[in-house]
Amino acid sequence: MTLAQIGVDVRQAGQGDAVRGVVPRWVALPTSVEEIAAVLRACAEQDLAVTPAGGRTKLGWAASPERCDVLLDLSRMDALLEHAAGDLVVRAQAGLPMDALAAALADKGQELALDVPPGWGATVGGTLAAGLAGPRAFRYGTARDLLIGVTVVLADGTIARSGGKVVKNVAGYDLGKLFTGSYGTLGVIAEATFRLHPLPAGRRWVVAEPDAAEVPAVAAALATAQAEPSAVEVDRPRQDGPVALAALVEGTAAEARAEALREIVGSGTVTAEPPAWWGRIPPGETLAEARFPPAATGAVLEAAGTALRGSPVSGRMLLATDERLGVSTLRKAVEEHGGRVVVLRTPDDDVDRWGQVSALGLMRRVKERFDPGRRMSPGRFVGGL
Amino acid sequence: MDELIAALHSLLPADSVITDPVRLRTYECDGLTYHRATPGVVVLPETAEQIARVVRLCNDFGVPFVARGSGTGLSGGALPREDGVLVVTAKMRRILEIDLPNRRAVVEPGVTNLAITEAVRDQGYYYAPDPSSQQVCSIGGNVAENSGGAHCLKYGFTVNHVEACEIVTPEGDLVTLDRMDPGYDLLGAFIGSEGTLGIATKITVRLSRTPEAVTTVLAAFESIEQGGQAVSAIIGAGIVPAAIEMMDALSIEAAEAAVACAYPAGAGAVLIVELDGPAAEVEQQFARLREICSAAFELRVAAGPAERAAIWKGRKSAFAAVGRISPAYIVQDGVVPRTSLPAVLAAIDRLSREHRIRVANVFHAGDGNLHPLVLFDDGTPGEGERAEVVSGAILDLCIEHGGSITGEHGVGVDKSRYMPRMFGADDLDTMQLVRCAFDPRGLSNPGKVFPTPRLCGEVPGVRKGVHPLVESGKAEQF
Repeated sequence: MTLAQIGVDVRQAGQGDAVRGVVPRWVALPTSVEEIAAVLRACAEQDLAVTPAGGRTKLGWAASPERCDVLLDLSRMDALLEHAAGDLVVRAQAGLPMDALAAALADKGQELALDVPPGWGATVGGTLAAGLAGPRAFRYGTARDLLIGVTVVLADGTIARSGGKVVKNVAGYDLGKLFTGSYGTLGVIAEATFRLHPLPAGRRWVVAEPDAAEVPAVAAALATAQAEPSAVEVDRPRQDGPVALAALVEGTAAEARAEALREIVGSGTVTAEPPAWWGRIPPGETLAEARFPPAATGAVLEAAGTALRGSPVSGRMLLATDERLGVSTLRKAVEEHGGRVVVLRTPDDDVDRWGQVSALGLMRRVKERFDPGRRMSPGRFVGGL
Repeated sequence: MDELIAALHSLLPADSVITDPVRLRTYECDGLTYHRATPGVVVLPETAEQIARVVRLCNDFGVPFVARGSGTGLSGGALPREDGVLVVTAKMRRILEIDLPNRRAVVEPGVTNLAITEAVRDQGYYYAPDPSSQQVCSIGGNVAENSGGAHCLKYGFTVNHVEACEIVTPEGDLVTLDRMDPGYDLLGAFIGSEGTLGIATKITVRLSRTPEAVTTVLAAFESIEQGGQAVSAIIGAGIVPAAIEMMDALSIEAAEAAVACAYPAGAGAVLIVELDGPAAEVEQQFARLREICSAAFELRVAAGPAERAAIWKGRKSAFAAVGRISPAYIVQDGVVPRTSLPAVLAAIDRLSREHRIRVANVFHAGDGNLHPLVLFDDGTPGEGERAEVVSGAILDLCIEHGGSITGEHGVGVDKSRYMPRMFGADDLDTMQLVRCAFDPRGLSNPGKVFPTPRLCGEVPGVRKGVHPLVESGKAEQF
């Protein structure tokens, strides 16, 4: 059956539907897992390439797809399917905006401890597919650590699930981890189940502006502080400008613990609200992410010739600029300290976005098995996957 | 096999290749002792490169291989192949690097779980996952099984604490899977794959800071229902303890007989709750916990490490302890949503009475991970079979309630036949795609996890006749 015959809403695509410059022919708007499967089966029959989309916040990220015929728009799959509050588990459709999910969970005194910039419009599926970490990854881990079950649809329309709705579960391979951060190149994430946390009794931030040279040492002390911060972030709006530092404490006795952290920092104030920049993506046409062993914080701060924001305790920072990013120099400096640099978004077409990857051969084989026809966002990801 | 053994001798030092039948027998099973097979040959490599060469040799000869750490696994994941090579990592026990500024350690796969903690404890750090076999189990085995432990309620499993693994792929390539690398999360897929995607040869683990305060509480309740209500109330109060463990009357009786743990007499259930974290937080949570456990007829609080160990003693000995009250037993491992615990426990009780088989319940109550101990007398005809029925029915209960057939012991050979009850054919076939990407020839620990592995060249569809892997002896049908 062709795309027009399967009973799923399909419309002509326009410039606004472009996937990093590549304008698809159609936009398909499935409302169920079965409809996603029907779309993908039809695409398989006609050899149409597909890119899944949620809130469209990251369609301009990564590399352009080699081809894109259909934008699979999941925005109509925005249901919160099940919130088992007593089990601290939630199951949602991929198109559910993270903000809406957070609001629904907060009503029951719970949260998904996965930070996305508030008001951004990112969805459950896109948050998983890009796997971007937020401030509290320091304490709670990243998306793959909080995902406990997933339903995916493969390029041939096969619907598969792994995991389940219990946190502790080692039955079978964890497809959720494989799909998290896969940029839509293995298939479509249709539904996801997460473990939740109770909303903390209190939250306090210690906000300070330490001397830039002292930031690595302060961060290292905070990382091992027994007051147990949930996150420590720095923000440097300009390369040679001052560095703001903020540490978050969550839970009971937050005020006293924040005070203990403030003593470690040696300056600053304790507040009940985060600084304005907290958890937001720094502005700039080009956006890169450095991941590094935390002890390399000083080296990264020095090597980054840009604005920078992120976690010196997790070893993860976003670098943003409107200028041309000197990727190879930056990458060399960060890799020397055991880190990696990935260019998440850039208008530049001839940039090595990913750098060296040890297991690329295995990744290629995984891609070949899951998507032998190269129809799922082909070329968007590492090594042209 | 003889040719292969000769080739192995040319690769490895003489004392690293075992062919003596008596010594081979010592490797015939892991912690799941009712599955046994004498390995074709055992090798004890000392380096990753040696493992890679052994695996390449297995590929040359088309012979399957199985990796084994300390052999403590409870699902037969390290059950050898009579026609294959058993790769034992016991000689790879070096801690290669301790990097406290980056809170990580790099270790060889044969290093025991506890050895990591012991190496950094004095500096105020520890390795968080703590399976109950942690004194002897190897980190390589932990990676294969994605091991948990009593404290994974708050801290997660092996997969949440491993930063990178160097692996030998099923085709014999040395590859590093690193969380920091861009690309697919192959590390996440590898951990918990039970040896079917290759062998970990070097593991970078994350170290955690020792918490400032730890409070361990033992609460004794008249009934298991009261204990269960307390668990729900703790979670409902927004407290995430490091551990919440529960034992029923029968398991308490067994622990008492074995280690004289001196739990409060007459308890229908005991709850062990451990709170840890910043002192101020633990203190407030403990005050709340005391209110929640008001139905308990006795509440003990450990005043120090010795008293904490005393509280944990009964719980940690529970599996072995039932040997004191029963000639034989099956250790089951299943998971249900926490809120289903009361219904599932009641159903287990019904099963127990219906089949006249005693079941002692020990469980990680915080995350709904049940370890029913199914007791039977193997000297009484028919009892073993009835115990099997009860044990299997408990897994069905777990599936019915939306849970899992294994929370931490793994699928191995023991539960592969239950996989099709938990997952559909499409789910299993999709998992098989991962297997085929890593191990197209099906040589890495075949016959584990999946009931009927599809050949990697096969097109999905109806399976007919004898599977070629079964026919060639590379897989077994369950």
